[in-house]
Amino acid sequence: MIRVVIDPVACDAYGFCAELLPEAITLDEWGYPIVDGSPLPAELVEVARRAARDCPRRAITLRERKARG
Amino acid sequence: MVSASETLPETKRYRILGTPSDLAGHVAALGPAPLPTRSSRTWRESFVSRLEASGLPGRGGAGFPAAIKLAVAHGAGGRGTVVVNGMEGEPASDKDKLLLLRTPHLVLDGAQLLAAACGARRVTVCVPEGRDHVAAAVANAMSERAGTTHAPANETLVRPPDRFVAGEESALVRWIDSGASLPAFRPDKGMPLRIGRQGALVHNAETLAHVAMIARTGPEAFRAHGLVEDPGTCLVTISGAVENHGVVEVDRGTPLMAIAQRATPHLAPKALLVGGYGGAWVGPEDFETPYASLSLRAVGSSAGVGVVIVLGPDSCGLMESARIVHYLAGQSAGQCGPCVYGLPAIADDMARLARGRVDVALMARLDRRLHEVNGRGACRHPDGAVQLVRSALKVFAADVREHAAGAPCAHADRPTVLRFPSLLGTGGS
Repeated sequence: MIRVVIDPVACDAYGFCAELLPEAITLDEWGYPIVDGSPLPAELVEVARRAARDCPRRAITLRERKARG
Repeated sequence: MVSASETLPETKRYRILGTPSDLAGHVAALGPAPLPTRSSRTWRESFVSRLEASGLPGRGGAGFPAAIKLAVAHGAGGRGTVVVNGMEGEPASDKDKLLLLRTPHLVLDGAQLLAAACGARRVTVCVPEGRDHVAAAVANAMSERAGTTHAPANETLVRPPDRFVAGEESALVRWIDSGASLPAFRPDKGMPLRIGRQGALVHNAETLAHVAMIARTGPEAFRAHGLVEDPGTCLVTISGAVENHGVVEVDRGTPLMAIAQRATPHLAPKALLVGGYGGAWVGPEDFETPYASLSLRAVGSSAGVGVVIVLGPDSCGLMESARIVHYLAGQSAGQCGPCVYGLPAIADDMARLARGRVDVALMARLDRRLHEVNGRGACRHPDGAVQLVRSALKVFAADVREHAAGAPCAHADRPTVLRFPSLLGTGGS
C-alpha cells in the first residue's frame, strides 16, 4: 500500500501536484494540497511518482504503509 | 548512597507541589534523588520498572507515556541530553513556572534520574526570554547543586524566544541545535529527537517532578491517586471569572466543576475552557465530567495542558473563541500554509459570527475551513485551534443560531476574561 505524504513545511502551493494527480490531491482555498491519507490505487502510483519528482519544493513523498497503525 | 527502597518515605499523600525549598530543605523533606553511584544496569532496570508501573504519561499536553519516551531515547544511544521544557507557552498555564520557582530541585532531580537511565551527560533547562524571575530561581538551584552528587550530569540553563510554539518539543530541540525555533515535520514520532548526532529526551517540568517523586515513593503512591487507566495527580491552572486564580494539584478523574470551585467562580459558570487555548469548551451538562483523558475525549475535549478557565454568564463564548484563534494565528511559526492562512481566516469567521455579521455562506465556509485546516500542519498548533472552535460552535450553539439570525451578541464587546501576553506583557503568577 502506497500513500502520498505532503511535507507542509516544504510546500509552497505551486499546485503542480493537484494538476497531475487530481484523483488523489485537491487544493484548499489558498492553493495548498489536501490528501486524505488513503492508499493510492495501483494505476495511480506511476503518475504519483512523477508528481513527487516534479514538485519544485520536493514536498511530496510516497510512503509504504507499514503494518502497524 | 542509600538505595531507593531505604529512603522511601511514608507517603500517604503523594504531592509534587511542595513548599518552596532550597537544596537543604528539599533534601530534608524528600531525601536525595535515588541516583546510581555509578553506571549500573540493575539500577536502570529498577528505575525503568518503577516508571513503567506508574503509568506516568507526559504532562505537557500530548500525554505520551514517559517510559516509552525513555526507551526511544535510550535506543538513540547514550551521551545525549535531557531537555527540561520550562517554556510553558500556553498563556493560561502557570504550573511549570510555579514548579520551577518553588521546587526547582525536584524538577532537576527528575531530569538527572532520566539522564542516568538513558546515559545522557547533559541536562539543559529551557526558560523563555523575559521570564527572568523563573530563570533566576533555576540558576540559583543549579549553583547549589553544581559539583555535588545531586548533579552528575552537567546542568545548564538556556533562554529560547518566548513564543507559543517555541516549546513544541521538536522546535525546542531545533533551537538548541541550530538557533531556529521551528517545529519539524515528523511523520514518524517514534524517531528519537536529536541535538547534533546525539539523542535528546524532552519533558516538561511537571512530568519531571513526577519522575523525581515516583523514583522516591515507588509507583504505588502515584497510582493511589486518580483512575486505574489515568493514574496520579496533575497540576491545573484555574483562571477566568474566579475569585482566586492559581495552580492546584488534583487527582486525575476529579470532576471539572470540583476543580473550578477550588478557585471560587464569581457566578454560575456558563462554560469551562479545558486544556488551554488549544483545548475545548465544555458546557454545563458536562461539568461533572472527570478530568481524565478518556472522559474528556468523550465530550469533545482533551486534558491537554492542565488548564481550566471559567467563563461567566456575562461573557460571549464565541467572541472569546475568536480572540483565542486570533492569538493562536499570530503565534504560528509561519511554516505551513494551512496554519498561516487558515487560522486568521477562521478567527475572522468567528468574529463575524459573534457580531451577528453572518452571510449565508459563513457557516458552510467556516465548517469547510475547520475540516481542511485540521491535521495539515507540521505540528499540532492548528489542530488545537480547530478543536477549540468546533467545541465553541457546539457549546454555544444557541448563541450561534441567534447570531446567524442577525442578532449580535450582547456581550461581544465586554472585555475578555482571558489572558493574552501581548495585552499583559510578561507578568508573574
